Amino acid sequence: MGLTGLFLISFLLVHCGINACIFLNDNGETFNKAAHFMGTNLFIRTAEIGLFLGLLIHIIQGLVLTYENNKKRPIKYAVNAGNQNSKWYSRSMGLLGTLLLIFLIIHMGDFWTHSRVPGLVGGLPEVEYDGVVYHDLYAKMVEEFKEVFVVILYVISMFSLGFHLLHGFSSAFQSLGINHSKYNPMIKSVGFGFSIIIPLLFALMPLSIYFGLIK
Amino acid sequence: MEHTGLNLTLKVWKQKNAATKGAFESYDVKNISTDMSFLEMFDVLNEQLISTGKEPIAFDHDCREGICGMCSMVINGRPHGPWNGTTTCQLHMRAFKNGDTITVEPWRAGSFPVVRDLVVDRSAFDRIIQAGGYVSINTGNPVDANALPIDKKLADKAFAAAACIGCGACVAACKNSSAMLFVSAKVSQLALLPQGQPERSSRVLSMVDQMDKEGFGNCTNTGACEAECPKEISLENIARLNREYMSAALASEE
Repeated sequence: MGLTGLFLISFLLVHCGINACIFLNDNGETFNKAAHFMGTNLFIRTAEIGLFLGLLIHIIQGLVLTYENNKKRPIKYAVNAGNQNSKWYSRSMGLLGTLLLIFLIIHMGDFWTHSRVPGLVGGLPEVEYDGVVYHDLYAKMVEEFKEVFVVILYVISMFSLGFHLLHGFSSAFQSLGINHSKYNPMIKSVGFGFSIIIPLLFALMPLSIYFGLIK
Repeated sequence: MEHTGLNLTLKVWKQKNAATKGAFESYDVKNISTDMSFLEMFDVLNEQLISTGKEPIAFDHDCREGICGMCSMVINGRPHGPWNGTTTCQLHMRAFKNGDTITVEPWRAGSFPVVRDLVVDRSAFDRIIQAGGYVSINTGNPVDANALPIDKKLADKAFAAAACIGCGACVAACKNSSAMLFVSAKVSQLALLPQGQPERSSRVLSMVDQMDKEGFGNCTNTGACEAECPKEISLENIARLNREYMSAALASEE
């Protein structure tokens, strides 16, 4: 879980970095070009296979782990004081992960499928910069985030992501055997910062498009 | 010092044996001194029950000074009760208020079947120890105790891990009923010291294997075990167990 988790964290960083280009207020030009690079570069496309594999392993392992662990206490406690010895999000990783999985399916249906299987769900609008035609993924974003329900779903899902990361980031290191008095404070603070900044940036994207804060 | 008499209601798990279904039963205890330990309060209740011809409550206990690891009660949802770093026998009644209702349950885990009332079978831990929690000592002339130099920091870490009394509060507290804190403490105390080196990799492999066979859950790093451990065994030991296991599994020829 830890290994695939850290791999997916590195993906989040890249994904968030590229999407944050929309905040440059250039009508999505930089973002569209960056997305074009990600969609056409052979190395990135190969890495994408690894990403799906990592994601699949993480999901299957997580679901199996949750299912297995739930069976280990056939008779539950009548009084449970779990909140006095651990964080709710640490105990709810299976639930948070399932919410993220549902979000992921919807999210990929919203964007990824339009780029990869346009024949099935309809392609993306196009735009021309300096005589070269690009997919206008930004226009697609603007279109998607006109709907208030979509915006709410995306923002709520980012809370799930934040709490999932709040446990997952440092937990990944512990699982890999990295627990050292010299590095623990760094892992803890970087993990805390990451869990807030990345989901916050992601959540700001639909919000700022919906409220017309970027052009 | 004031020895306030507490009047309490106890909801205690009663179960005849592993095969029968248990249920909670309510008991009233009166005029309990705040200087009593939780177990002494149970002694008072049991005396009361015996004198009125009723069945006393079965519970595990031995040394009553916090070092044997026998006492095992989940008190108001917390293994060994509300105080941190304390066994049930060292928990005193001043932790409670007059009129409180206290719910007492046995350790709950598939690997710790209830024997009777609050007594659970923890022999799964013994089998894990038998699988590898030992060192081989060659006979011969006794070696001077200080002949083997050991880094003070490592000795301290080994000592802190060896403080584990094997009570099973970690399993009781863990939402997955995982025994990782116990196994990690036992692996650590030997892996850190020179005496533990000969069996170092076979030990971690067999102990983890036995732990899985006993049906304990997987660790998801919630940290509940460390928070409830009466000996405050650190999660650092679980990270060490993970390291020991990974390197043994990758490198050993077994």
